[in-house]
Amino acid sequence: MNNNILVIILASGVFYGTPLFFAALGELFTERSGVLNLGVEGMMLMGGVSAVWASQHIPGTSWFVVLCSIFIGAFAGALVAALHAFLCVTLRTNQTVAGLSITIFAGALGLSSYFANVWDVASKTVQHPIRILNPGGLADTPIVGPIFFHQTILTYLSWVLCVLSVVYLFRTRTGLKLRSVGESPQTADAVGINVAKYRYIHTILGGALAGIGGTYYSLTIVPQWVDGVTKGAGWIAIALVIFGFWRPDLTLLGAYLFGALQSLGLTLKARNIEINGSILDAMPFIMTVVVLVIVSGGWAHKRLQTPAALGIAFEREER
Amino acid sequence: MQSPLRLERRLTQPKWLNWGVPLLSLLGALILGGIVLLATGKNPFSVYARIIERGFASTDAFSRTLISATPFAFTGLAASVAFRMGLINIGGEGQLYLGAIGAAFAGIAFQDQPTAVIIATMIIFGMLFGGAWAAIVGILKAKFSTNEIITSLMLNYVAAIFLDYLIFNSNSYWRDPKSYGFPTGKRLVENAYWYDISIGPIAIPFGFVVAVFVAVIVWFLYSRTRFGYEVGVIASSPSAARYAGIRARWKIITVMALSGALAGLGGASDVGDFRHVLDAKGVQISGYGYTGIVVAALARLNPLSAIFVAVFIGGLSNAGYALQGPDFPSGLVGTLQGLILFTAVAGEILTRYRIKRQNTIADGAIV
Repeated sequence: MNNNILVIILASGVFYGTPLFFAALGELFTERSGVLNLGVEGMMLMGGVSAVWASQHIPGTSWFVVLCSIFIGAFAGALVAALHAFLCVTLRTNQTVAGLSITIFAGALGLSSYFANVWDVASKTVQHPIRILNPGGLADTPIVGPIFFHQTILTYLSWVLCVLSVVYLFRTRTGLKLRSVGESPQTADAVGINVAKYRYIHTILGGALAGIGGTYYSLTIVPQWVDGVTKGAGWIAIALVIFGFWRPDLTLLGAYLFGALQSLGLTLKARNIEINGSILDAMPFIMTVVVLVIVSGGWAHKRLQTPAALGIAFEREER
Repeated sequence: MQSPLRLERRLTQPKWLNWGVPLLSLLGALILGGIVLLATGKNPFSVYARIIERGFASTDAFSRTLISATPFAFTGLAASVAFRMGLINIGGEGQLYLGAIGAAFAGIAFQDQPTAVIIATMIIFGMLFGGAWAAIVGILKAKFSTNEIITSLMLNYVAAIFLDYLIFNSNSYWRDPKSYGFPTGKRLVENAYWYDISIGPIAIPFGFVVAVFVAVIVWFLYSRTRFGYEVGVIASSPSAARYAGIRARWKIITVMALSGALAGLGGASDVGDFRHVLDAKGVQISGYGYTGIVVAALARLNPLSAIFVAVFIGGLSNAGYALQGPDFPSGLVGTLQGLILFTAVAGEILTRYRIKRQNTIADGAIV
């Protein structure tokens, strides 16, 4: 039963959806604070390359190395995000162009590739990939086991994060303040909330999560360094936030849907099912466009709840 | 804690900003790039010296720089045209691929015609294919107000997969049936090669001449016609445009298609000027479309400046190819381009604000 094709598709949906969720959750926090971050792809790649470097250079037991690599991947993403926050919050530049410049600067043809070259990470194998973890033998239960419990530590961590972020956003005072900063920074400022601080923190947090998403690509999915390994996942993550109506729980579902779409080609090929591979490869990208069209028009648009101040710099002097 | 500096909004824009800001941005990018180089154990001065040597310092190098600059000129113009209406078209990459596909089709289909006819049809098909691909984004934006940033980017990936499909995964019209092992596209006949125009020892690719011509047309269109005026109104105030009866939806589709057609022309020039074949891997490797955004930003969306910026960026990238090796790792050129974009974006702050020192006496008075 565990070999059923539907089970495999769902299991790979969770497997390939996990990095999308990390990146999308990060973008969600950033956008909730009113900052649009189009640099996700660049942050993921910087996280990914730094994590590979860490995994090749840190001595110690496998577990220790893996934890350090994840941490360093997150740290690298956070550093790049701090740059974005500086451009958008302090310098008040156009957030769209700032994010694009982050992706061009750090992306597949930029700094991540440069570091990979200088550190010579691509030629060496990854000794300590993030492996599948079977918590308490749960992976052996029928159907649910392979789908949800034949995964890595990062997938289990992502569920904890999903619950925590729903509580944080909708059940805590800080979460309420965060949402108010994204909806109306003028009002938030008037009641004494430090708008700049909230935007900095959540942009950097978003970058750290994107960095973990990139780490998942370079240490779990591949696991090796290839320039531009995320192949547009950062952009799909940005679309997922819209698709998830800026809510972590719906974003998680969306991530698994797109994860399944991304891996469909591999799954079917492994089963020797004849189908045009190019169309399957293009599916996630085409579906992103289709989903955007659906949520942009008609009934969904009214319920989208886009943060009202998204993409707009806050200028205190000009209230 | 208060920062010692403070931003004050400019009421007027002094003239020096037009050239001063790009120059300051470049200087800033060189300094930041130098820090990256130092941090990774390279000597920034020798790297920069070699870039200048291999990019600009001889007629030979300069001829090659013009070759590299041509696609950047087109994608830079494509980005400028859209950005000036506030349409963030980052699909120049995919639109350029489609232009290459269209031009290669024309080059193969009309190969028995005279050269002038082949070149003209290659240009037309390149523009048509690129423009149609971009129009998808425009139509979705106009009809469903779909975010053009994400849709245009997603179509880049679709275009790349389509391009690979035509050459590697199918027996398409473009694929050379005689290519075994590593599949390639059909080579164009020599009649379909675009001319170089020589001025002394410097060879100017035909595509570059077209780019200059197009830049002048775009400049005229945007600063001397009703069309350009209306685009400007939409960019600065969509509601004012609506009251004035400007049909913004049509403008979105038209401007997107125009932007895509320009990027497509870049693809046509890639086929006609340089490769003479639909090279699926070669056209994807350079990130022409993304670099076009750097060009447009540094040129401050001015089509005429875009040509000069394209030559500069082309020199950088030409030197990058020539020098690639252990001393000059891949990714360095992209990093430098990214830094230039950063500083150009950050430099825009100088055009909108003045940086003032915090007036401590006034602060003290409040306390």
